[in-house]
Amino acid sequence: MSDQEEVSKSRFHGLWALTNRELKKWYQQPFVLAMGIIQPILWLALLGKAMNIGNIVTGIPGIDPKTVMLHTFGTTNYFSFMAMSMVAFTVVFTTAFTGMSVVWDKRLGFMNKVLSTPVSRSSIILSKVLSASVRAIFQAGIVALVAFALGLTLGTNFGWYSIFGVFAIVFLVSVGLSSLFTALTLRTTRMEMPQAIFQLVTLPLMFASSAYFPINQMPSWLQIIASWNPISYTIDAVRRLMVFSNGFGQLTLDFAFVASFAVIVTVICVVLSWRYLNK
Amino acid sequence: MSENEDIIKVEGLTKIFNHSLTAVDHINFSVKHGEIFGFLGPNGAGKTTTIKMLITVLKPTEGKATILGGDIAKQSMDVRGAIGVVPQEYTADEDLTGYENILLCADLYGIPRSVSKKRAMELLELVELTGFKDKRVQTYSGGMRRRLELASGLINRPKVLFLDEPTLGLDVQTRAATWNYVKMLKKEFGMTLFLTTHYLEEADALCDRIAIIDHGKIVVIGTPTSLKDSLGGDIITLSVQKDEDITGLISKIEHVKEVRKENGSYLIKSANGELAAPLIIEALRKSGLVVTKLSLTKPTLNEVYLQYTGRSMRDAEESRENVMQQRMVMRRARQ
Repeated sequence: MSDQEEVSKSRFHGLWALTNRELKKWYQQPFVLAMGIIQPILWLALLGKAMNIGNIVTGIPGIDPKTVMLHTFGTTNYFSFMAMSMVAFTVVFTTAFTGMSVVWDKRLGFMNKVLSTPVSRSSIILSKVLSASVRAIFQAGIVALVAFALGLTLGTNFGWYSIFGVFAIVFLVSVGLSSLFTALTLRTTRMEMPQAIFQLVTLPLMFASSAYFPINQMPSWLQIIASWNPISYTIDAVRRLMVFSNGFGQLTLDFAFVASFAVIVTVICVVLSWRYLNK
Repeated sequence: MSENEDIIKVEGLTKIFNHSLTAVDHINFSVKHGEIFGFLGPNGAGKTTTIKMLITVLKPTEGKATILGGDIAKQSMDVRGAIGVVPQEYTADEDLTGYENILLCADLYGIPRSVSKKRAMELLELVELTGFKDKRVQTYSGGMRRRLELASGLINRPKVLFLDEPTLGLDVQTRAATWNYVKMLKKEFGMTLFLTTHYLEEADALCDRIAIIDHGKIVVIGTPTSLKDSLGGDIITLSVQKDEDITGLISKIEHVKEVRKENGSYLIKSANGELAAPLIIEALRKSGLVVTKLSLTKPTLNEVYLQYTGRSMRDAEESRENVMQQRMVMRRARQ
C-alpha cells in the first residue's frame, strides 16, 4: 500500500513535532517572553544587589574583607557568588511548570488526541522535557548576560569553554528537573497539583543548596541534604566555571552527579509514562 | 478487502474501573467493511468507554477486539496508525492555527511534511476551512472546531473512523452539516464508520446498523428498520367514552396484533395501522361505543430505545444539557 511507504517510522518525527508545538507557544507570545527576561533582571537587581555582604564585613577592625570574602565565598564579590546561583534557579522556575502543561493538555483534551495517534508515549513526555530545557537554557543565558551587565566579576578560571560548560550543566539539570516535575504530575488532572508541588519542592531546593551561603557553613544535617541536592552541584559547577579563581576542583563530580540525576529521573519518568498514559 | 469482511470484531470486551465499576460488560459485535455502525445508549451506558478501548487509549480488563486484523491490546501501535479518531471533546490546540493543528496531527502519525502539507490543504478544502486555515483555533466557532476535528481525524487516510458524539452540543444546522460531511467523507474514502450518538433520528437516517447499549451490555443489534419492526409495528392509542373493558372486542378486529389498557386508554399494536384504525372505529360504533380520541404512531428509534432501555430520550436530553454546561465551563477556562 502506498500509504505505508509514506509513513516515516522515525521516533524523532513525532518528538520534534510535539517539542516544536510547545516552543511555538512560548516564542509566539512576546509578552511571556518579555516577562521571562524581565524577571531575572529584577531578581538580580533587587536581591543580588540588596545583599551586599562585601560591604557588611568592610570596616570591622582586624578583619580583611577580601580574605573573609575569598575564604567564605570563593570570590570577593558576593553578587558574583549569588548571581551564579540565580542561573541555576532560573532553571527551577522555568522547568517547574512543565507539569502544568501536562495537566492542561489532559484537561483540554489535547492529550486524548495525541494518545490516539501512534506517537510513542515517551515522545509525549520527552517533548515536554526538551521544550522546557530549551526555554531554561535561554533564560539561564539571559540571567548570565544580565549578571555580567550588573557587575559580575569573572574569575581566572573563566575561558570560552566556560560558556559551553555552563550551557551543558544547565541542560542536564533542566532535563532532570523537568522530568521530575512531569513525573510528579503524570497521574493528576488537577490544576492545584503542579502548583503545590512547585511550592513544596522549590524551597528546599533553594535553601538546602549553596545558592546563598556555602554548604560548609551549614549545620551538618543540612549539609547532608544539600549534598544530595542536584542544584548544589549545578551551582558549584557554574561558579567554578565562571567566578572562582582556585581551579576546577570537583567539577567532574558536579557534572557526574547532575548527569546521573538527569538520566535516572528521565528514565523513571519515561517508565511512568508508559504505565500511566495507557490507562 | 471483500465487502463482508469484519473490520471490527469484538469478543467479550469488558472494562472494570477500580475493580468495582463495570462500565462495559462482555460485549460482542462486529462491524463490516464500509458499514456505518451506530452505538446508542443513555449517558454512562458504556459508549465512550467502548470507543476508548477500541481506539487503544483504554486497556480492556477482559476480552479481546481486533480492528483490521490487529489486536487492540497487542498490536495497539498498528491499530492506531490505521484508524482515525474524532473524540467527543474539542482536542485542537487553541494557540495554533487550523492548518498547524492538522500538520501537527500528521507529524504524530509520522507522515512526512511533503505529503502532509498537500493533504492538509485538501482536507481543509473538504471541510470548507481553507479561508480560516491561518486563524488561531481560539477564534473558531463550535461548528468550525468540529469540522477541524473531522479533518484532523482523516489526515492518515484511515480505513476506520471512530466518531464519539460528533454532533453533541451543536445547533441543528451545524449538526446537519456535520453529517453531510461524514456521509461525503465515507463516500470519498470508502471508510468504515463507528459512531456513538444521542440523536436517534440521526442514527436512524445515517446508520446501516445500530447497537443499543445499556448498563454496559448490548441489549439489541440490528438495522434501524429491523429494530423498529421488532416492536410489532404501528401503535394506535384510543380512548372511548364508556368505561368498560373492550380489550377483547378490539383484539378480534383484523390487523390488530395486541391490545393493552393503560391509564384509561387502549394501546393497540398493528402491523398496518392505517388499515386497522378505520376498522376499529367501525367495529366500536357498531357496538354502540363512541371513540373520543385516536392517534396513530409509526414506531421510531425512540420507541425502540424506550423498549430496550426503559428510558425515553428525554432523560438523556437532560444529561446532555449537563454536558453542554460542562463544555461551556471548559470553553471559559480555555480563554
